[in-house]
Amino acid sequence: MIPTPDLSHLTEQDKLHVYDPAEDTFLFLDALEQDAEDLKGEKPLICLEIGSGSGCVSAFIGSILGSTNTLYLCTDINNRASDCTHRTGRHNKIPLDPITCDLARPLLKRLQRSVDIILFNPPYVPTESEEVLSAQLGRGISGSWAGGTNGMEVTNRFLETVEALLSERGKFYLVTLDGNDVPEIRERMFRAFRLQCQIVAQRRAGIENLHILQFSRVNR
Amino acid sequence: MVRLITHNLLACHVKGCTSNNFPLALKDVQIELQEAEFNPEFVTNILPRLEWSALADAARQVGDTSLPAEQPEMMDDDLLRNLHHVLLEIHIVEGAMVCPNCKHIYPISNGIPNMLLAEHEIG
Repeated sequence: MIPTPDLSHLTEQDKLHVYDPAEDTFLFLDALEQDAEDLKGEKPLICLEIGSGSGCVSAFIGSILGSTNTLYLCTDINNRASDCTHRTGRHNKIPLDPITCDLARPLLKRLQRSVDIILFNPPYVPTESEEVLSAQLGRGISGSWAGGTNGMEVTNRFLETVEALLSERGKFYLVTLDGNDVPEIRERMFRAFRLQCQIVAQRRAGIENLHILQFSRVNR
Repeated sequence: MVRLITHNLLACHVKGCTSNNFPLALKDVQIELQEAEFNPEFVTNILPRLEWSALADAARQVGDTSLPAEQPEMMDDDLLRNLHHVLLEIHIVEGAMVCPNCKHIYPISNGIPNMLLAEHEIG
């Protein structure tokens, strides 16, 4: 049993501005723990989390893979989230390297086919499109959940770049819910990028039916 | 903290800025040294994903001249230790990174690089 990262250093102010781990986060941790031996066996060198928020998920995978074996890059559009991620890393003795940016944009040039693990718990809640725009531009806590049409507007932008980032043995984990149309995502990623998808965890949380998807290359 | 391993992976992403946009030049940087556990296997294995000349140059910009300008064919233990220090123990706390092509300035504050762009700069 891998302990959940200690987040006791986060303040009430932090929690007003940065997503506090909830059901979806814990399902994500469970899925990673379930895959722990496989993930370790691949000896990943670069792990990239998009929208790292509090840093809980990266600190957790860091405790699976070890603090010195892997580089943990963490992006978030919310500068305050980057700061929380950084502090969570220090507090849990896993060096997390935060970058405040949109998705993986400043890393795309240099990380072509280089990332062994990509983690993304996106803003997946279906909302009006205007809401996702203002949430992303506002760079605050609403950016952590407002997902626009089908809850997919931010995720779809990232899905276009995933295949280019993934290394040969790379794995991409994505949190989704029923409203995101999981079958459509799977079919599209296979058709457009030859990435195969497994549902590695599923749980009902209130009205949401959450899934953790894992994508990898077909021709490994 | 912006470690030099991270700096080696960041490029300018302003709309239309697609060549000569790496490595970002370091400007007015303050650094802090923090000891990290040495893992020679990690340092050896990560090297193919990094660009040596950019790394040696960035190290020189922060006052570390321990890496030769060209990547040597053979890695000995001393060199791996120097690499470990350059990649993982030098932290940029304050300053900026400047695109060599379009001169866009990406600030580093409180150890965090801000790579966000204004709406009109996004490609």
